Amino acid sequence: MSEIVLQAKNIEKSFHDPITIKVLNEINFSVNKGEFVSVIGKSGCGKSTLLYILSTMDTDYEGELLIDQISMKNKKEAELAKVRNEKIGFVFQFHYLLNEFSVLKNVMLPGLKLGKYSPKEVEFRAMEKLKILGIENEALKMPNQLSGGQKQRVAIARALINDPVIIMGDEPTGNLDKKNSQIVFDVFKELAIEEKQTLLIVTHDGEFAHKSDRIIEMEDGKIIRQ
Amino acid sequence: MNTKLIFSIAKALMLARWKQTLVAAVGVVFSITMFVTLLGFMNGLNDLLDSLILNRTPHIRLYNEIKPTKIQPIDKDPNYKSSHNFVESIKPNGGRLEIYNNASIMSTLKKDKRILGISPKIAAQVFYNVGAIDMTGTISGIDVEAENRLFKFSEYVVGGNYIDLKNVPNSIILGKVAAEKMLAEIGDVIQVTSAKGERMQLKVVGYFQSGLQDIDKVQSYASISTAQKILGKTNNYITDIQIKLNDINQAPEMAREFGSIFEVDAIDIQTANSQFETGSDIRTLISYAVGITLLIVAGFGIYNILNMMIFEKMDSIAILKATGFSGKEVQKVFILIALSIGIVGGLFGLIFGFVFSFIIDNLPFNTAAIPTVKTFPVNYDLKFYLIGTLFSIITTYLAGYFPAKKASKIDPVIIIRGK
Ligand SMILES: Nc1ncnc2c1ncn2[C@@H]1O[C@H](COP(=O)(O)OP(=O)(O)O)[C@@H](O)[C@H]1O
Ligand SMILES: [Mg+2]
Repeated sequence: MSEIVLQAKNIEKSFHDPITIKVLNEINFSVNKGEFVSVIGKSGCGKSTLLYILSTMDTDYEGELLIDQISMKNKKEAELAKVRNEKIGFVFQFHYLLNEFSVLKNVMLPGLKLGKYSPKEVEFRAMEKLKILGIENEALKMPNQLSGGQKQRVAIARALINDPVIIMGDEPTGNLDKKNSQIVFDVFKELAIEEKQTLLIVTHDGEFAHKSDRIIEMEDGKIIRQ
Repeated sequence: MNTKLIFSIAKALMLARWKQTLVAAVGVVFSITMFVTLLGFMNGLNDLLDSLILNRTPHIRLYNEIKPTKIQPIDKDPNYKSSHNFVESIKPNGGRLEIYNNASIMSTLKKDKRILGISPKIAAQVFYNVGAIDMTGTISGIDVEAENRLFKFSEYVVGGNYIDLKNVPNSIILGKVAAEKMLAEIGDVIQVTSAKGERMQLKVVGYFQSGLQDIDKVQSYASISTAQKILGKTNNYITDIQIKLNDINQAPEMAREFGSIFEVDAIDIQTANSQFETGSDIRTLISYAVGITLLIVAGFGIYNILNMMIFEKMDSIAILKATGFSGKEVQKVFILIALSIGIVGGLFGLIFGFVFSFIIDNLPFNTAAIPTVKTFPVNYDLKFYLIGTLFSIITTYLAGYFPAKKASKIDPVIIIRGK
């Protein structure tokens, strides 16, 4: 049996503002190492909410979350930050790069924060990641000098810098045109096949989902098919 | 921890908003400059005014006051021990200003390690005879060298050479105003009459100017032996022993001690000049208040700018947190920004403060009252610079703390979802 890197056990979540609504209900699933999983479902069914819980940014939920076989329950804010830094790469719908830093420095930041490698090595690794994504020539530009597709690829490179156990994406192609979406998808596919990178990607693009290894379909806060 | 990384993030954020950062820093520069300059100038003035009186005032003065004896004969009678008496109109008897045994007192004092030096003095009431008119005056008989060493006598001698007072027999250094009234030039011989009616010729060897008009009108100086001659006393007659201590703060306590040991009146400088200290304290207080107020205003500037920066950089903060920076680290970034502004601004403030102090120090300031002073007084005490540094760090830290705390609490989910 292959190794489980992410496991959700009975995860439930309610919002209480203005009235209590349950947006996630009995979420149970796991992701194995090297799997390319996509999550689909109608808008408002709770995909993003789930992903923020899985990425440890949202801690206000019931149930249990295990990342790399370790429970995230009762972990302090600083410890969760460390988990995010070390084990999770996150790609948002919008690129969310830091405009104060060059493309290269943006990719390097989580690596420098981890401190596993020297700054020189982190720089070298960042260049490698940019090369994988085919944007090594943009390394010294500032983020606002890049196109939307390029920015998203930089964000993916940043997600890869610490060799995370899992990469999560919240509609990473949602804001891109067909051509750029295809490029980003190809990048994910390549990562899955060649690097054995585990991926959990939320999307509403059916075509995208169908090309992945496994689809988890959600409806009204529940998993209806996986 | 990852200090270098925190620094580079702080630096990038500051550079991205360099204009606001600069404005905040200028606020700190301005307030520290003012703080240092103001304190230096105020304390320079304090020192000057203090020196006007305090330099010339002994820390402790031993003397005999003419007053009725505290213990009257009736108090000594054992028959009336438990009774109350009413004796009215008691008068002092046989007022003797002389300090008995002054030679042995002085030799005891000279051995005391707490004492910097002593200088004996005779106060003689005289009349300066100017033609048909007599003007009242006081001649202080002094040990010229001791007086100069302890009380900077020579600084107040504006004409002639002070040491002539010792070397020329029967000489006098006249108060400047008194000399003008008497039209007495250096080298002239004047006549004085003692309170007991004895006349004496004295040679003017210099002028004395304290800066206080009322004093310069009456006060003159002669040597101890000349003063003894004027009064017709023997050469062991002394009315005052002036004591200068190593530590001025011990004066009140030691005055009490000497008063009881030597059975004389002893007054300390703090008691004699209490109103003076109050003035100095208030000037110092005002300068601190102004300086600190300015710093607080600068602190609010920093607070505003950081708040604005955090508001603008909400996305960046969310991203930093999403990619693994903890709230503590985000907080450190913003505190570091505040501290950098405070330290750099403070440093320039100290430099400008020193420069301004230096300029003030070189501005001409001529006043007839204080002949030794040619420029505005400034005190360069390192203490003000240290306090300025300390205050700039504390205020900017506090100004940074609250916005930084706010930044550390930012929930990345809310920001990222908001798009
Ligand atoms: N902060 C919030 N307060 C209350 N309800 C929320 C909040 N955020 C999201 N929701 C609700 O939770 C549900 C799930 O939202 P979301 O996870 O964003 O859906 P999806 O990403 O699948 O489109 C929606 O009905 C949404 O209105
Ligand atoms: Mg969503």
